[in-house]
Amino acid sequence: MLKNPIIKALVYFLLFSSIAFIAIFLVTITAILVKNSIGTINLGFILNAPKNGMSEGGIFPIIIGTILVTMVSALMAIPLGIFSAIYLCEYAKDSYYTNLIRISIRNLAAVPSIVYGLFGLAIFVKSLQFGTSALSAGLTLGILTLPTIITTSEEALKTVPSALKQAGYSLGLTEWQVLTKTTLPVAMPGILTGIILGVSRAMGETAPILFTGVAFYIPNLSLNLNNQFMALPYHLYIMSTQHHDIDGVRGIAYSTASVLLILTLLLNIISSSLRMKFRKDLKK
Amino acid sequence: MLRKKITSAYLKNILFKNLFKISSLTSIIILLSLLVFLLKESAPMISEVPFSDFFLSRNWNPDGWNGEFYGILNILYSTLYVSALTMLISIPIGIFAAIFISELSPPLLKTILKPLIELLAGIPSVVIGFFGIVFIGPLIAKLFHQYNILSALNGAFLLSIMVLPTIISLSDDAITAVSDDLRHASLALGANRLEMIFTIVLPAAKSGIIASIMLGFGRAIGETMAVLMACGNALRFTGNIFDPIRTITATIAIELGEVAYYSTHYHALFGIGLVLFILAFIINNIAEMFIKKGHKLKC
Repeated sequence: MLKNPIIKALVYFLLFSSIAFIAIFLVTITAILVKNSIGTINLGFILNAPKNGMSEGGIFPIIIGTILVTMVSALMAIPLGIFSAIYLCEYAKDSYYTNLIRISIRNLAAVPSIVYGLFGLAIFVKSLQFGTSALSAGLTLGILTLPTIITTSEEALKTVPSALKQAGYSLGLTEWQVLTKTTLPVAMPGILTGIILGVSRAMGETAPILFTGVAFYIPNLSLNLNNQFMALPYHLYIMSTQHHDIDGVRGIAYSTASVLLILTLLLNIISSSLRMKFRKDLKK
Repeated sequence: MLRKKITSAYLKNILFKNLFKISSLTSIIILLSLLVFLLKESAPMISEVPFSDFFLSRNWNPDGWNGEFYGILNILYSTLYVSALTMLISIPIGIFAAIFISELSPPLLKTILKPLIELLAGIPSVVIGFFGIVFIGPLIAKLFHQYNILSALNGAFLLSIMVLPTIISLSDDAITAVSDDLRHASLALGANRLEMIFTIVLPAAKSGIIASIMLGFGRAIGETMAVLMACGNALRFTGNIFDPIRTITATIAIELGEVAYYSTHYHALFGIGLVLFILAFIINNIAEMFIKKGHKLKC
């Protein structure tokens, strides 16, 4: 059947168009969001607070809220993630226990984000009594990004040539010294890739923060971790579905979407170029 | 002096080794406590909502005028329906794209395409949902002369975009892992390139591809913001792709914000969260099984 030139051409066309579909989607979504932001988006939009029941003004406190809660999640997930990866890659033997850890990580990665939201509500907001706050939401997001950081860090550590490590051991260094003097510095760009990916994921998530601390509107900008906060993804959600004048604030919604999209795309581009450089350096 | 230096180095060594070991425990602890807390928060529901009403009733109506009803069947069906629709769109596109990347694209193009796919995975779901409201939804309504802008098809299309990176990158890995000996043998026997791909390479990569589809399906079931914004959220039992529907995830997102803590409704929302967790867990582990099977075949 695949000898028929017409069918062959058709299959080649389908193979090519499936890739074209993805490229076209990426270009379309960016173009449409950015095009419709023109007119609302400017420096004032970034640097001002929302006004008049959020039907005018900018998104400054919302950006700050997103940065704040992302930082909490990073502070939790980065050390835990890297430490776990180091253990799995450098110390762990192929035992029942390490197998259990790996299974847990893979299953954590598959947990729906809204379930993390429920979990955050039950454990941080209620049981630990952090209330609906930036702290609760940040910790929930931290848990969500943990599997990403562990897996990417472990992959980066795995690619470090064992000859480097053995050279260290042959000089009489301890495991800790080999780790800090050779393994970690070599794997750092790869680990950084994972951190950036995790951070960008935490920044764009909405479902986990819905019930753990994000607020519709807060009049005063607060950096207190015990207070509620505003966040970019949630702001986009309410501006496009919950606001009392949805058609009137479309411009704001488009601009918020553009800011969020560009921020996450930038982080992703940084992380993939870092990874490419890392791979090239290792080959040398 | 030297001795002191050595002991401090060894102390540090042991100290950090244990720190790393304890950190690695957190994943197990988190997974277990996830299950425990979901069970704990949904358990009171068992005495308040009969088991059969929960699993066998289509009526989900927490504030009905003649009582509260917590039947999961309708929203569970809608979740599976929109996910199945998603897979119908994303499986052919995903596998074809994976074939293109691994078998046909020159190395230079590959270094552009792979990050491009990852970029797609990086778009926040709320942005994709917004795009569904302002562009994809109206486009579908216009193309098929429909009244509803928000529909199951709209949600499924957006979900397809979101699961494509999973399907493509894992299928690509599986196809790339197929030994070149097989390729050369089939070419030597007179197969053309497409015959080689579809009759030799794809069957050899079957386990990995199935795993990628399962993982994509799991993601589709658990996705919240895109379906919440794009599907219209009407509680309906429908097979029409142009009708609005409401999934489990959307139900939790809509209702948990307004519910009184520790009411029956609150417990019921944790109950459907638990169902979602178990579904994702089962699907993920079936996928793991296929990945393992794929590895075994190669060795």
